[in-house]
Amino acid sequence: MFIVKSPVEQTIELENNILVIKVYSPEISSEIKPGQFLNVRVSETYSPLLRRPFSVCDVEGDFIFLMFNVLGEGTKILAQKRKGETIDLLGPLGHGFNLDDDYQTAVIVAGGLGAAPFPYFVKKIPNDKRIISFVGGKTNNEVITYGLKNILISTDDGSLGFKGTVIDLLNDNLEILNKGKIKIFSCGPNAMLKAIKEFSIKNNYECEVSIESAMACGFGICQGCPVESTSNKEKYSLVCKDGPVFNVRDIVL
Amino acid sequence: MSKIDLSVTIGSLKLRNPVLLASGTVGYGNEMSEFIDLNKIGGIVTKSLSLKPRKGNSPQRIVETPAGMLNAIGLANVGVEVFLKEKIPFLKNYDVPLICNIAASSIEEYVECTKILTCEDTIKAFEINVSCPNVKEGGLQFGNDIHAVGKITEKVKACTNKPVIIKLSPNVSYISEFAKVVKEEGGDAVSAINTLVGTSFNIFTKRPKLHNVTGGLSGPAIKPVALAKVLEIKRLVDIPIIGIGGIMNWKDVVEFMIAGSSAIQIGTANFINPNAAEEIIKDLENYCTSYSIEKISELTGSYKI
Repeated sequence: MFIVKSPVEQTIELENNILVIKVYSPEISSEIKPGQFLNVRVSETYSPLLRRPFSVCDVEGDFIFLMFNVLGEGTKILAQKRKGETIDLLGPLGHGFNLDDDYQTAVIVAGGLGAAPFPYFVKKIPNDKRIISFVGGKTNNEVITYGLKNILISTDDGSLGFKGTVIDLLNDNLEILNKGKIKIFSCGPNAMLKAIKEFSIKNNYECEVSIESAMACGFGICQGCPVESTSNKEKYSLVCKDGPVFNVRDIVL
Repeated sequence: MSKIDLSVTIGSLKLRNPVLLASGTVGYGNEMSEFIDLNKIGGIVTKSLSLKPRKGNSPQRIVETPAGMLNAIGLANVGVEVFLKEKIPFLKNYDVPLICNIAASSIEEYVECTKILTCEDTIKAFEINVSCPNVKEGGLQFGNDIHAVGKITEKVKACTNKPVIIKLSPNVSYISEFAKVVKEEGGDAVSAINTLVGTSFNIFTKRPKLHNVTGGLSGPAIKPVALAKVLEIKRLVDIPIIGIGGIMNWKDVVEFMIAGSSAIQIGTANFINPNAAEEIIKDLENYCTSYSIEKISELTGSYKI
């Protein structure tokens, strides 16, 4: 774990108000794994006070990339960072995706900004595995395909790709999914993750999900990010330390 | 540099410097040790311990507010037994005074916890949490009840010879009255302040953001309140005060000491910068050098009003 002030190299504007910020941080780029996250302090002032968690979006040499959209005070400040200005990174934090399991095809299921961790994931997936990406959104404005491969798209309103939810799209493609052993890797809104859990259990697929939570510290001391565990009713798991990536069967969504 | 004396005393408790890490913001030390050298810190106050493990409140537990945050963790902790078996061995590797924070839902539970923990040499003092705003039983129920605070002080003192510090609630009209009772019942010091009760709503769903509805406000937002409470106690009661409330840097520490604190605790700042305590200690030493302060303890209560 490091706390480093890292200079911004560039901010890339994607479609639909999605931004990707490129930051020079050799300490973190050499250690971070897909699905791990950074707790980012965007300002030295007390406004905003807390760090904000961002999963690592991509890594290129000594640079790391974070994906976000401008939602509140923190992301507004982040969006205005110019080249050479620094942001304060704490990480790498948490547990990332387990890419080395016994499976032939990695099935990415991403909803909205849930696409954020997957560009780096796609890069790091072992060569002998295939990738299919299912990307969903309410409308075409929410569909993010940056850095993904072999993409199938769904929108609730049919404005882009398949009309329906991403789960409907998965159900529509069971034939493809059932060619060889698959493992689902998913990130997105909680309602989608709940549905993914049901879908994975029903079809007996392995599945890892990356979940979000409000948190303060990001490394286990504030106890602010509990998630109910299926194995131990007496104790919560922590999103920051035990996750943010969980086997979908281990947590209550 | 080495001439500066940063040491302070809280009753019979000697600390190498006045900077402690506050309960609930340092866990049981292991996570923080990845960032800071615990041997340089004045002391660690553990996460509140109860007799049995506590699961804590359902999420959402944290809300950011202007210059502060609300938490409603609900005293999630491993319980005294696991603490002694699994957490103490790690803490034994460090030469840092360990203060055990105890939370309970009855006077008997406070006593029981203290009796079990007082046998452990690594523990140098107790901080009794009579003021957690986030649990139904105990917590504020005691913190608002001056007789209960007196009784808890008396009973806990009777079962340990280690210093007993009572952590006071700011959610009362006159905090000094509580400090006075603590002194009368033999308490060695008070910590002031615990968090202020607050809440926050989602304006679209009209629901409170915290599952517990209310939480405890901490961070720079509460510093002026905390300073006023410390000053009130200092002026009216002769008891050592450990100042807490939104301390982010060395200037805040100096301010708390001027207002009457013998030592201070860093809380919310640990979440944002886990190095904060170590940086602050270095800065305090520089401050003392620059202003020819030989003993930092001279600052305590040095206000000119």
